[in-house]
Amino acid sequence: MEYVIEMLNIRKVFGNFVANDNITLQLKKGEIHALLGENGAGKSTLMNVLFGLYQPDGGEIRVKGQTVKISNPNVANDLGIGMVHQHFMLVDTFTVTENIILGSEPTKGGKIDIKRAEREVRELSERYGLAVDPTAKIADISVGMQQRVEILKTLYRGADILIFDEPTAVLTPQEIQELIQIMKALVREGKSIILITHKLKEIMEVCDRVTVIRRGKGIGTLNVADTNPNELAALMVGREVHFKTDKKPAQPGKEVLDIKDLVVKDARGVTVVDHLNLTVRAGEIVGIAGVDGNGQSELIEAITGLIKAESGSIKLNGKEILNLPPRKITEAGVGHIPQDRHKHGLVLDFPIGENMVLQTYYKEPYSKNGILNFKNIYDKARQLIKEFDVRTPDEYTKARALSGGNQQKAIIGREVDRNPDLLIAAQPTRGLDVGAIEFIHKRLIEQRDQGKAVLLVSFELDEIMNVSDRIAVIYEGKIVAIVDPKETTEQELGLLMAGSKRKEAGVSS
Amino acid sequence: MNSGRLTNFLIPLLAVLLGVIAGSIVMVISGYDPIAGYSALLYGAFGDSYYIGETIRQMTPYILSGLAVAFAFRTGLFNIGVEGQLIVGWLAAVWVGVAFELPKFIHLPLAILAAALAGALWALIPGFLKARFKVHEVIVTIMMNYIALHVTNAIIRFVLSDKSYKSEEIHESASLRSEFLQSITDYSTLHYGIIIALIAAVIMWFLLEKTTKGYELRAVGFNQHASHYAGMNVSNNIVLAMVISGAFAGVAGAMEGLGTFANISVKAGFTGVGFDGIAVALLGGNNAFGIILSALLFGALKVGALEMPSSAGVPTELVDIVIALIIFFVASSYLIRLLLTRVKKEGK
Repeated sequence: MEYVIEMLNIRKVFGNFVANDNITLQLKKGEIHALLGENGAGKSTLMNVLFGLYQPDGGEIRVKGQTVKISNPNVANDLGIGMVHQHFMLVDTFTVTENIILGSEPTKGGKIDIKRAEREVRELSERYGLAVDPTAKIADISVGMQQRVEILKTLYRGADILIFDEPTAVLTPQEIQELIQIMKALVREGKSIILITHKLKEIMEVCDRVTVIRRGKGIGTLNVADTNPNELAALMVGREVHFKTDKKPAQPGKEVLDIKDLVVKDARGVTVVDHLNLTVRAGEIVGIAGVDGNGQSELIEAITGLIKAESGSIKLNGKEILNLPPRKITEAGVGHIPQDRHKHGLVLDFPIGENMVLQTYYKEPYSKNGILNFKNIYDKARQLIKEFDVRTPDEYTKARALSGGNQQKAIIGREVDRNPDLLIAAQPTRGLDVGAIEFIHKRLIEQRDQGKAVLLVSFELDEIMNVSDRIAVIYEGKIVAIVDPKETTEQELGLLMAGSKRKEAGVSS
Repeated sequence: MNSGRLTNFLIPLLAVLLGVIAGSIVMVISGYDPIAGYSALLYGAFGDSYYIGETIRQMTPYILSGLAVAFAFRTGLFNIGVEGQLIVGWLAAVWVGVAFELPKFIHLPLAILAAALAGALWALIPGFLKARFKVHEVIVTIMMNYIALHVTNAIIRFVLSDKSYKSEEIHESASLRSEFLQSITDYSTLHYGIIIALIAAVIMWFLLEKTTKGYELRAVGFNQHASHYAGMNVSNNIVLAMVISGAFAGVAGAMEGLGTFANISVKAGFTGVGFDGIAVALLGGNNAFGIILSALLFGALKVGALEMPSSAGVPTELVDIVIALIIFFVASSYLIRLLLTRVKKEGK
């Protein structure tokens, strides 16, 4: 009885689409097993089959050697399988304990025995080093903590096989490290874990074995110790992937963006961008490195006109654009790939075609005298879909139905196509798989090579180091250092981002 | 795509059918013959040209109130104030109809325009409060309904008449009444309003689906943040959406004031046409042409029901219950959608 879970030759078909084509996954007791695949490769489908949300069309599931039929999630729970969902399923106004016991409340004389529940939750939390306060309200705790509540929910129900669905997508780097420690603690206590992810770094760091799937097919299972990120990426995408994006040295030209003494306050009146100065020249990519919450979002929103700045100056090609309405700024030549593509980037309930003209619908050839020209709109959409490899059934499909990577490609296509002098990319590859990341990095560099100014904001140091020609480190709303990516290290950047003063001599050498 | 369109058509149909079945059960329990009851209903709605005329007359304001609700829905707003906007529209139309004497080709459009404007103004207030201060439009529009009801009543009593319960009759030059339409429908109260309602449906469709303004309004309705990002003026669009919705509601009032009644009387309570507009819009899938069909159903139910007490002996109260059941099932089409998907799943 070596395996706790065996999914043998699982097949799942939706209509004509084969989501899982005879995939086999075997989980050993006490291991962390990665399930690796691109967005849309069929990872979630496979796990939903295991969790009883879908019924397989073929294959066999064994739990601890016994063949089982998991007809719904309750059966999965009874078999000791718990799922930590990517999108948390918590009641915001309830406490941690109330959320955890929801559906299996311990009662005493018809009343919920909340004291006992709290004690049990506390014990569990301590045992696995989760440090969760059982009496805190969900609305008051951080995203990382909320995730731990999700973990506790499964543990409270007696799960010993935990499925983590892309758990790090919503976490800060610090929280990711803590989660990794928690996962290690869980397996030490005899739990087994399936980690759904497309982040190779995490797999190399915590997993024992990895099963790769690609376009619904099982590619194979490897020992993590015997492989490397390059091999995994190639298996996942089906071709060689270059992590280091090839690029020629930058040939910076005139200043396109010139920010002087910019001050931005947030809704509470706190200064979040504090007399910031920054320039971006034509033909270069400036990367802004910083820990989340140091004014990056506000800086970008001020440049693009989404929020009002207090004072200072933002010049685009020498023309003042400070506090102009967003449309004027867009028309002045700014393209913006927003950080939150669902909130700002797309109207999810519009067809992908209509999303392609979100900023240009009022201009010819997309409309004339206030009447839309759908032929031209959809011609443009088809062209961009093809050019930017947006995988969608057709241009009439709602943006909501596309995967994150394809939504992002659509946005990039739209922004680049407007041919802006300044392209702002905020977290352009967040939540995307390596194939899409590579594609997007190439496109950004391509824009640079065409003489555009590119401003990149990212919390991923790899991305900043890899793509930027200059790195501006932001800390508490100020640019505290400008460094050359070729002459710096992650350690140095990390220190600068944490606010430590730069040692001049150390950098220039 | 095709099966989706089919379900969109099937759901309202099933809703009506379920309502009819539930109504039959109620009639059977109460000791009445449902077949006789529904036959009377059907006859009372379409039995001869007179009834057809009445049904079309009744569907006219329903189309417009349905369009008003649907327009707001499609732009992300919930206009519960169609009732109030309709009442002020009615008053404005009658006022213009009574106060002026002008050639018909000026007087009639002027009266309709006044109604649209009054409805628009009445909706401007909740629209502005929503856009500027984020006050929820549902609460404001509900309050505006009561204000409309009582203010118009006061105006009818003390301004449009000398403490009478109704206004004077409008001048012929502002009337939508048509001897021709009456004569071909055995002297029903059918008037030219139906043409205006149909034109309004085309306007709504064209405005939302074909114009850049409609594109903006829909974008703001779905996602204000993305619309702001894309350079649209979110506040203005919210106000505009409300105003257009209110204008449709105002014109619905004009249909009553210039066509059906030719005056306005003091009301003890709401007309219900505005509230029914919510159900009309839902049943019609918030789509201009769907609304015409669902308004036809509502008109037929309303008019046909009058025949049920006299020819099938079903008391008026029970008729109201049956009609309410049909509307209930229509409004809960979500339930039917759920049932339908479940049946489909098991069928596979």
